Amino acid sequence: MACIEARGLRKVFGTTTAVDGIDLRVEEGRILGLIGPNGAGKTTALNAILGLTPYQGELKVLGRDPWVERDQLMRDVSFVADVAVLPRWIRVSQALDYVAGVHPRFDRAKAEGLLAKTTINRAGRVRELSKGMVAQLHLALVMAIDAKLLVLDEPTLGLDILYRKQFYDSLLNDYFDRTRTIVVTTHQVEEIQNVLTDVMFINRGRIVLSCSMEEFESRYLELIVNPDQLAAARALKPIHERQVFGRSVLLLDRADRQQLAALGEVRTPSIADVFVAVMGSQSGPAQGAAR
Amino acid sequence: MTTPPNAVPESFSESRVASQASAPAVIPASQLTYWSIRREIWENRSIYVAPVIAGGLGMLAFVLNLIFLPHTLRALPGMDPGHEQMMIAMPYGHLVWLLLPTAFIVGVFYSLDALHGERRDRSILFWKSLPVSDLTTVLSKASIPLVILPLLVFAIAVALHLVMLLLSIALLLMRGGSATLWAHLPLFQMELVLLYGLLVIALWHAPLYAWLLLVSAWARRATFLWAVLPLLAIAVFERIAFHTLHFANLLQDRLIGFAADAFSFTTPDGSPVDLHFIPVSLLTPGKFLSTPGLWIGLIFAAAFLAATVRLRRYQGPI
Repeated sequence: MACIEARGLRKVFGTTTAVDGIDLRVEEGRILGLIGPNGAGKTTALNAILGLTPYQGELKVLGRDPWVERDQLMRDVSFVADVAVLPRWIRVSQALDYVAGVHPRFDRAKAEGLLAKTTINRAGRVRELSKGMVAQLHLALVMAIDAKLLVLDEPTLGLDILYRKQFYDSLLNDYFDRTRTIVVTTHQVEEIQNVLTDVMFINRGRIVLSCSMEEFESRYLELIVNPDQLAAARALKPIHERQVFGRSVLLLDRADRQQLAALGEVRTPSIADVFVAVMGSQSGPAQGAAR
Repeated sequence: MTTPPNAVPESFSESRVASQASAPAVIPASQLTYWSIRREIWENRSIYVAPVIAGGLGMLAFVLNLIFLPHTLRALPGMDPGHEQMMIAMPYGHLVWLLLPTAFIVGVFYSLDALHGERRDRSILFWKSLPVSDLTTVLSKASIPLVILPLLVFAIAVALHLVMLLLSIALLLMRGGSATLWAHLPLFQMELVLLYGLLVIALWHAPLYAWLLLVSAWARRATFLWAVLPLLAIAVFERIAFHTLHFANLLQDRLIGFAADAFSFTTPDGSPVDLHFIPVSLLTPGKFLSTPGLWIGLIFAAAFLAATVRLRRYQGPI
């Protein structure tokens, strides 16, 4: 059974189409990065998956219809919307008590263990914690839940780089066990490139690119062209070209690595670079972009 | 509120087994409700702080007034038995009259904020990330003004009444008088009437609180204005357009109309009853239960709550 399965998922707000007929299949044990510009429909799609918003089309999460069965679904799904959603009045100990009281899969000892590694005061209230500490607390609560699917929507928004690094390290080392599924959106794409197993670009409510990271790495190549071979390189129809320190850097889709090696230095591009290229080609004339 | 019914989380190994067997472990509805209500009380400490302060004030007034007690008791033998009972019961009744409006005000402001606050501070996203249904959440919130506050008023009133009685007896014994006060004070009857009154008020005001919860789930801001102004506008419009006051009377009836149906305010011999002590013989539960207004009100309450549950399902942060 796929963890998330959507067919023709659509969501319209008034005259704007936030999600425009998405087909999606996320298998168990994957870490999917959902990448897109602001207003691309990422959060709307995630909200539909989490049962927070009604939608058109077919959608099954762990075999359930999220809109109809949100409360049952939440026994197996956790999510971190962004750092600001923990109620400010709650005490750390109360948050632990409450989640332990209502969640059948919450392991309090694990949450306590995770909190022990931080400087969070158990008697303190959320409003007294720094932004980074609130994120640590939320992550500790979520990681102590034995969920099958974890959804992270900009979980590190507004955190400094130390907390962001810690956040993803902790997630990978203490949480991910290859049976769980994680879906994450973020603007700090570079920081999660090594974490992901799958990547999906979404723009204007549509999926622009969807592939596994192995596929991504074999498909996209970046070529730092030797100046004298620029014309030959350009003949290979790069999907993007930029200048770095006076040298042309070309991004190629489905090119032959051997062939490129003769023209300059070949390396694996960052998701961010491919993202810029693919999104750029979206708005301009199509030049053999993905899909 | 200290011993959770079943709050021990499963051990790690158990929960792992449960998840791998993919049999969804379920928390009983009673436990979900218990924690939902507890969380409301954590957030809104005024639920118990305000009645306790009101009770404390009443107690202070009583203690200051205690010096007049021997004087009151000396005057008693000359009075008829009904009046005599009234004189002794009076301070006990005062306390209740202090607690009831306090609970009402706390209930109104609690309800107006109950589903608005969680959207305003975005915490609704946290609450919705947990396996608690919108129905459980809304019913837990509705139970604060309809169940928790009345029970709290009752508990505080009974506790303070006992303290008042003990203080009075102690004072009288110190003054060398006889402790016959207990015989004159129909305390058990008073508490019974109080419990009845609290139940009547909760049932009668249910649509009112349900309306406030609905507004708090719907309005983006200024919940108090949205809750009150439309009702006032209808009343004023009716007055100007038709020179009638039906809607205004309806509102007034919804606030205080329960009294005329649930109690008889004239004694069998035709004299009016003093509100400091209403004897059990003057309760009219049959009449109250056969009032159409009660049942129409409860139907409205159910409809408002159903709409609130539905709204909460759709609502996100504002």
